[in-house]
Amino acid sequence: MPSHLPPAVRTHLTALRMLLVFTVITGIAYPLLVTGVAQAAFRHQADGSPVERGGRVVGSSLLGEDFTLPGKDAGPDPKWFQPRPSAGGYDPTASGASNLGPNSPVLIKAIKQRKAAVAAFDGVPESRVPADAVTASGSGLDPDISPAYAYEQVDRVARVRHLPAAEVHRLVAGHVRSRSLGFLGEPRVDVVDLNLALARLG
Amino acid sequence: MNDTLAGWLQVLALIAVLAASYRPLGDYLAHLLTTGKHLRAERFVYRLAGVDGDADQKWSVYLRGVLAFSAVSVVFLYGFLRLQHHLMLSLGFPGIGPGQSFNTAASFVTNTNWQSYSGESAMGHLVQMSGLAVQNFVSAAVGIAVVATLIRGFTRNRTDRVGNFWVDLTRVVWRLLLPLCVVFAIVFVASGMVENFHAVHTVTTIAGQHQGITGGPVASQEAVKELGTNGGGFYNANSAHPFENPNPFTNLVEIYLMLVIGFSLPRTFGAMVGDHRQGYAIVAVMGLIWAASVALITVNELHSVSSSAGHLAGGMMEGKEQRFGIWGSALFAASTTLTSTGAVNSFHDSFSPGGGGMTIFNMMLGEIAPGGTGSGLYGILILAVVAVFVAGLMVGRTPEYLGKKLGGREMKFASLYILTTPAIVLIGAGVAMSLPGERASMLNSGPHGFSEVLYAFTSAANNNGSAFAGIGVNTDWYNTALGLAMLFGRFLPMIFVLALAGSLAHQQPVPVTAGTLPTHRPQFVGLLTGVVLIVVGLTYFPALALGPLAEGLH
Repeated sequence: MPSHLPPAVRTHLTALRMLLVFTVITGIAYPLLVTGVAQAAFRHQADGSPVERGGRVVGSSLLGEDFTLPGKDAGPDPKWFQPRPSAGGYDPTASGASNLGPNSPVLIKAIKQRKAAVAAFDGVPESRVPADAVTASGSGLDPDISPAYAYEQVDRVARVRHLPAAEVHRLVAGHVRSRSLGFLGEPRVDVVDLNLALARLG
Repeated sequence: MNDTLAGWLQVLALIAVLAASYRPLGDYLAHLLTTGKHLRAERFVYRLAGVDGDADQKWSVYLRGVLAFSAVSVVFLYGFLRLQHHLMLSLGFPGIGPGQSFNTAASFVTNTNWQSYSGESAMGHLVQMSGLAVQNFVSAAVGIAVVATLIRGFTRNRTDRVGNFWVDLTRVVWRLLLPLCVVFAIVFVASGMVENFHAVHTVTTIAGQHQGITGGPVASQEAVKELGTNGGGFYNANSAHPFENPNPFTNLVEIYLMLVIGFSLPRTFGAMVGDHRQGYAIVAVMGLIWAASVALITVNELHSVSSSAGHLAGGMMEGKEQRFGIWGSALFAASTTLTSTGAVNSFHDSFSPGGGGMTIFNMMLGEIAPGGTGSGLYGILILAVVAVFVAGLMVGRTPEYLGKKLGGREMKFASLYILTTPAIVLIGAGVAMSLPGERASMLNSGPHGFSEVLYAFTSAANNNGSAFAGIGVNTDWYNTALGLAMLFGRFLPMIFVLALAGSLAHQQPVPVTAGTLPTHRPQFVGLLTGVVLIVVGLTYFPALALGPLAEGLH
């Protein structure tokens, strides 16, 4: 370090050199090291847990998907299990929540409408519609629904697909994931995995 | 297993692993902050940067190092963000505008990680990992460096030297953060987190629609985001995004990482001052406040207290993910706002008035239970100084803490520290509410809208970074005002801490007598907890009454 420079300039030059060193260590070497290990040892997870149908990637078991009918505002497609409402329409480039407050009139109206719509769509009384079916998730990409919501949809899916309800019920039961390690988080059903299995069923 | 039992076990498991980490991690930190030996790799860093690793600095020189390093970091990051479209791995995103670049640079350098941008639609991979994530490491290390000087102020006598900033910085990054991050990043990937360099790739979904999926070096950034109490998400939805937090196990690990350094630093403090009981007293205060906050948020959310939407839906699941549920979301919310993390796995804007109000109150406490890396401990030690002073006034004795007299000079620095953050929060929120255009940024109306503005300034000035995210803050006014709030809220308190450290180190210790207030007993734990709550309560009560309290009573 040239000593003829004023102390303030020298301090800032030291700071800059320090920052550059750390940028190389923590900003380049570190993520490259982790990516190398991840790609070598845990390829599937590192690439986003992709799921395939007929040899073609159709999404990720971690990211919820839209199961609506083709066309704009065409509504949910009855032959699929439906995911939770999403603030971003299951677009992974626009993740996020509704951010509506706990007494927001907009939210209250939306919940009322969703409850009535889900009950009519699935042919069940409104009292059977669980909370996760009428509330938007935090990410807008929640792949999971509660087991209650999955079972609530069984009759409708079976009817539309001309399958025995008991068989669809068994399929759901096989896809209920219990809490991690038995006590972490909540029981859940991954809608992407469940619908893929449903497609295989016919 | 029923919900309540599982919820309790989840909390108790977290406490158990934190308790198990307290001694080894705290002692290790004390060792690396006091040893005279340099590693070969560290010597190499000093040579590259032109630093004398054996020099001991005055507090004012140390401070100049902190400020110079942070100033250079802001300028460097600002340029990086402005020019990202000229660099590789930009994913085709344009450079970030000047207002947002300033805001983001200030945000990451101050360990706030307030995000007025949406990660997946604005930032390329290079700027995330080599710009933003670098600050995740070094800003966390700066916090620990500053608290190290305050502890040295208590342990050193009749000296004007408080340590070497460049050495403290390097050691914390090299010996603490980096090794832990490598281990936990790999644990994260193994558990399902993403780590690649893919750009957006579009897939045709099961139902025949199109979905654009963004990859990225997420797990490596996630580890340091939590461990360094940073909180800046790779994606807009932060830790609610399944790629950033794929399952309840990673959720618990993320909560553990954001708490572990903060809760272990009191051990470091006790070890360095040569009396572990002092560390236990401090960690007891932190633990009490944390546990109370977790309980209050969980109860409010479980019972949808004062929330019409929650009662109607049958549960407070708006803005929450099914895999975490209410228990896992409340635990995360309390921990992220009581540290300076600000990551979210659920959206606080949609919490019940009591639950959301608690997240604001947590930050108003100054983030001391356990707080940000380093900043939490220096925050609570300043409050301990105030508590000792209050006790001294009661009995008419000159107060002393750990053998150091707390005279006029020391109390001035402590008082300035206490006053700085509330002044920034209340003035900032007040000005925003008086301007019609800034008021219009609120998504919700009435008291809840005011809570959004109050939350924003509380979060910025306390360097938290979480938000009642309905508020639209990507405007020049908010980018600038909140950027300044973050900078003043970070560096003014640091100046007072370093000045206090210098002043304490200068003193000759006074012997302990029968009249000395013991600071390791339950009595002091109660006194300090009381001081924390009263100081904050009196300062912020009127503002809280206009926001969450008015809403809850509605």
